Amino acid sequence: MTIAIRATDLVKSYSPGLNALDGVSLEVSAGEVLVVMGPSGSGKSTLIRTFNGLETLDSGSLDVLGLRLDAAHEERQVRAIRERVGMVFQQFNLFPHLSILDNISLAPIKVQKRAKAAAEHLAIELLDQMGIREQAHKYPAQLSGGQQQRVAIARALALDPEVMLFDEPTSALDPERVKEVLDAMRQLAKGGMTMVVVTHELGFAREVADRVMFMDQGQVVETSDPQTFFTNAREERSRRFLSQMM
Amino acid sequence: MPQIFRRGRFWIQLGVVVALMAFGGLLINNITVNLIRTGLGLDFGWLWRPAGFALAETALPYAPTDSYAWALVIGWMNSLKVILVGLLLATMLGVAAGAARSSRNRLLRSLSGGYVALIRQVPLLLQLLFWYFVAFLGLPDTPVGGLIHFSNQGIRLLGLNLSVEFCSVLTGLVVFTGASIAEIVRGGINAVSLGQWEAFRSLGLLEGVGLRRIVLPQALPAILPALTSQFLNLAKNSTLAIAVGYADLYAVSDTTITQTGRAIEGFLLLLLSFLLLNLLISGGMALMNGAVLGRLQRSR
Ligand SMILES: Nc1ncnc2c1ncn2[C@@H]1O[C@H](COP(=O)(O)OP(=O)(O)OP(=O)(O)O)[C@@H](O)[C@H]1O
Ligand SMILES: [Mg+2]
Repeated sequence: MTIAIRATDLVKSYSPGLNALDGVSLEVSAGEVLVVMGPSGSGKSTLIRTFNGLETLDSGSLDVLGLRLDAAHEERQVRAIRERVGMVFQQFNLFPHLSILDNISLAPIKVQKRAKAAAEHLAIELLDQMGIREQAHKYPAQLSGGQQQRVAIARALALDPEVMLFDEPTSALDPERVKEVLDAMRQLAKGGMTMVVVTHELGFAREVADRVMFMDQGQVVETSDPQTFFTNAREERSRRFLSQMM
Repeated sequence: MPQIFRRGRFWIQLGVVVALMAFGGLLINNITVNLIRTGLGLDFGWLWRPAGFALAETALPYAPTDSYAWALVIGWMNSLKVILVGLLLATMLGVAAGAARSSRNRLLRSLSGGYVALIRQVPLLLQLLFWYFVAFLGLPDTPVGGLIHFSNQGIRLLGLNLSVEFCSVLTGLVVFTGASIAEIVRGGINAVSLGQWEAFRSLGLLEGVGLRRIVLPQALPAILPALTSQFLNLAKNSTLAIAVGYADLYAVSDTTITQTGRAIEGFLLLLLSFLLLNLLISGGMALMNGAVLGRLQRSR
């Protein structure tokens, strides 16, 4: 099986004496869905953000789609990775001054040098896939949170990425809007997308994840298949976390 | 009901108008009393008499035998030239320097930081004198590839002959105003959330593209109003041109007033010209502001 992401001994510190990442190693296979869980401040966001170079590493080695992203990586290398790795944020981060169509077609036009018409055609197709085709000519602020997050997913998919990263994609949503976003992600997983998802949606993790990784204080506590993790977690810390969640 | 009648604002506006009218009335009264006292009437007849002085820099044909009126027009055009070109270049420099402040390149960051800090420490008049006496008058004779020719006579750019005086005033105004604009642009950029940077970076967009297409458009509503006052400052500061002998409207008016003794008429014309110019600038900026806000409204 091909490895999409291989991380060895990642260390990252924002302030001396406190490691946000404290020796994290993991592998994500192509086509796999890895769900990352852990208490607030355990380093989940930091970890997932190193995978597309939004955070730099202090030490350790990181391979994403065969490209190296360690402490001394080059700017061009990072952009090459970002073209092939999509990211979805908790706060959507849509471009408020651009229409939904422009939000999605901007990167294909500017990064992949696609023709405008082709990029817009692709954007409409992706919106269709997300079930919000009729929103194409609106602006982000005119959409509900759930619709905005689906636009954000479409925007990330527009570069036809091989890996998708999600950082708590449903945490900023009203409860009744969570399902529509999770459904879109579920569909993506079914299509064979390699996904790393930071989420506290237990149902989603149980049903969609191939493996669940539990982090605490910048370290990986355990990585198990969802069945084991939710019914019979190996580590005491995981069990305590889960009992607080349920 | 029009906005103006709401929330007591009307009374404030009315108060301002009454105060302005009272002030204007007082001014006119003083002027009239002065004119009567000195036995001079308000008289613009001198405008059509020959000016008798030469102007170093003329956008249109001018000779000392031409009228004072024409000399003033030439001065106005010289002012306009340095102001308009100055606005354009100062904006470009300011945006570049302001954007450089948020660059990931440390050298760029400290260069633009140093530029802003230095320029804001030194009075504009000193800067103008520096550009004139030290920088431009000290230029060695250097042709650059046939397109540009530097010398202490000025700069020849393609077919354009730019005088040392013009270059000094222009550079001084641009460098000085550019520093203030840089701070405004930096503030506007900082007001855009970090998430927007992360979003465009995650899409593999270049920093420059993201800045132009994502960050600056969102910074614009915060930048434009402050930019207007910097533009007005540049226009007003252009009157310092007289210090290096650039024949702008103020310099020509000054000579005219000295020669004719018609201080009140001269200043009235000067005042009117600058009022007109600043109204043009404010009006243009208001239009632009409206367009930007309109686009923003549509995206709400
Ligand atoms: N930009 C930053 N500057 C300084 N410290 C940071 C920064 N980002 C994260 N940290 C610190 O690094 C540690 C890990 O943070 P991180 O955001 O990765 O945690 P998380 O698991 O995503 O938490 P949450 O569930 O709250 O999102 C925390 O101690 C946090 O305070
Ligand atoms: Mg987080």
